[in-house]
Amino acid sequence: MTAPNHRPLLLKLMLITGGMFGFGYALVPLYDVFCDLTGLNGKTSSMAATADKAVADLKRQVTIEFLAKPDPKMPWVFQPQTRQIQVHPGEIKLVYYEAENPTQALMVAQAVPSVSPGQAALYFNKMECFCFQRQTLKAGEKLLMPLQFYVDPALPEQFSTITLSYTLYDVTQHSPAAQVAAVYQTGK
Amino acid sequence: MSTISTDPHHHADHGHHHPPAGLKRWFYTTNHKDIGTLYLLFALTMFFIGGAMAMVIRAELFQPGLQLVEPAFFNQMTTVHGLIMVFGAVMPAFTGLANWLIPMMIGAPDMALPRMNNWSFWILPFAFAILLMSLFMEGGGPGFGWTFYAPLSTKYSGDSTALFVFSVHIMGISSIMGAINVIVTIFNLRAPGMTWMKMPLFVWTWLITAFLLIAVMPVLAGTVTMVLTDKYFGTSFFDAAGGGDPVLFQHIFWFFGHPEVYIMILPAFGIVSSIVPTFSRKPLFGYASMVYATSSIALLSFLVWAHHMFTTGMPVFAELFFMYCTMLIAVPTGVKVFNWVATMWRGALTFEVPMMFAIAFIVLFTIGGFSGLMLAITPADFQYHDTYFVVAHFHYVLVTGAIFSIIAAAYYWLPKWTGHMYDETLGQWHFWCSLISVNVLFFPMHFVGLAGMPRRIPDYALQFADFNALISIGGFAFGLSQLLFVWLLVKCIKGGQPATAQVWEGAEGLEWQLSSPPPYHSFTTPPDVK
Repeated sequence: MTAPNHRPLLLKLMLITGGMFGFGYALVPLYDVFCDLTGLNGKTSSMAATADKAVADLKRQVTIEFLAKPDPKMPWVFQPQTRQIQVHPGEIKLVYYEAENPTQALMVAQAVPSVSPGQAALYFNKMECFCFQRQTLKAGEKLLMPLQFYVDPALPEQFSTITLSYTLYDVTQHSPAAQVAAVYQTGK
Repeated sequence: MSTISTDPHHHADHGHHHPPAGLKRWFYTTNHKDIGTLYLLFALTMFFIGGAMAMVIRAELFQPGLQLVEPAFFNQMTTVHGLIMVFGAVMPAFTGLANWLIPMMIGAPDMALPRMNNWSFWILPFAFAILLMSLFMEGGGPGFGWTFYAPLSTKYSGDSTALFVFSVHIMGISSIMGAINVIVTIFNLRAPGMTWMKMPLFVWTWLITAFLLIAVMPVLAGTVTMVLTDKYFGTSFFDAAGGGDPVLFQHIFWFFGHPEVYIMILPAFGIVSSIVPTFSRKPLFGYASMVYATSSIALLSFLVWAHHMFTTGMPVFAELFFMYCTMLIAVPTGVKVFNWVATMWRGALTFEVPMMFAIAFIVLFTIGGFSGLMLAITPADFQYHDTYFVVAHFHYVLVTGAIFSIIAAAYYWLPKWTGHMYDETLGQWHFWCSLISVNVLFFPMHFVGLAGMPRRIPDYALQFADFNALISIGGFAFGLSQLLFVWLLVKCIKGGQPATAQVWEGAEGLEWQLSSPPPYHSFTTPPDVK
């Protein structure tokens, strides 16, 4: 019996193995795309929305609740100025969050939003949000951070309350040194 | 135990392939029987190490309150018990059976890639040495559960996490190499006339398992790598601060994790499909439907992962999708159970130990399957999630399912491997002690789970005390019963009534055409396949 050549099959199987290792990593961006498309997991869009087609639906009111909490390792004071408001779908609203850096050092923060119930995330459009960029505060500095948004009039009827929650993380370590240094120099 | 496979002196006709003597034989071996033996003994050792950890868990839970161990150590016990039983006991035992049996069943001389075979076994002891050593380092071993959910494993874990990650890497590489070897052997080394639909079901189920392994073990390797880089190298796959998402961890993990549970049960289906016809003295009922059922279970296993995460806040649409897909798996599984029962129907049944374990498998695995169906019901799962009901479910499918099938396989093929019949009386004692104790151990877990006792907690509310004492007694009895098995194994390897080539009256298949014990190289000339 002549020995069969195992090499071609072996190579194919190793290729599948390598491909599946890559697929594991490909799940990361795929998941983000999937969440963006479906609003899965209460993720709101990280892009500014435009309000060109929004017409306020005055017959309906939705309660928007604002929550804020700093990460347990984050020393900043962080809270919404408004706890809750009533809006008509399509109506553009502006609210502010307060942040204060009580430490002796310059720090960079990133706010990460989450909407509950998750399915409402698709209909919650932010035109301007402090969460779009990292926020830098010098020692002891305070800041009023704006959030401008509207609720899509297409919001399904079953949603009467939407909760928007921000968690504030310390990302000083992850911020490019150049950016931190620039803030020092310009004294922004 | 080194005589388990063959004594080369019995087979002078293969004298030119004398294996080296002593320890070198086992380090350098490329022989499928030697490697199969090594895998099986390794799995047995790990079964007892993991079992000892289960005894610690049950001893702590014997009474409410904290008596014996610190909560952190308790968590390490549940974590490492799970990892060892999954990756150290069940999977290597199945790989050992595959090594021993697949070449003999398809009429091949050996596995296709013998050197890789040696490697895939010999890296395993290192993987588990690393994992077990981590228990002794400062801060202890991994304590985040065998599912190592982020952020527990990325933010709140000790430095043993690095050792955990590397040991999982090595286990993964080992199983991938084992799987590739199985596939290449089955594709290229079947005897002439051994067509796909003539292959024994054990070979079929292992082929499908091997494809599952190469599809999902790399994803597990990726997952642990992400945990490693998140923890030590500043990436943010699972860290919301850097734009990642902890829920993503669960998606990736269970994309691996669900096919993994079928990796641990499909070869069991193959074993039971070999044993039941032998002791019913009838051919297997519905061979083709068994093959298709196994394939559909494997395909469906990729579509059900999120049923482990119903409580993470998925949209209703997704919960329904995963609920219905999960329930769909009951259909091919039901096909199998009915086929086994139909095989026994009007058969000339005898109840030797392998058949007893196989019948216990069918009944108890079905109980585990039913509790799985209950867990698949999304609204009900919110109540059952993370309770002892889940623990009861997966121990019914893994202990009375996978482990019982492995024990059944050991009894069934032991006379073939050693050339000696095992002690039937001792085997029956082992069976009945195991059967009764395992149900005392796991059945009451359903009740405490439904009543709300959470899993992975070293203490519990007083109303669960009586049931937990009972469960612990069952646990100790089940652990002790397994010592009977070791005694029986030692006796059988040392000697006993010589076994014939066919061993069992109703046994059919190529492995029963070889002598007991079989020659060092199985089929040097291809056999005739009927």
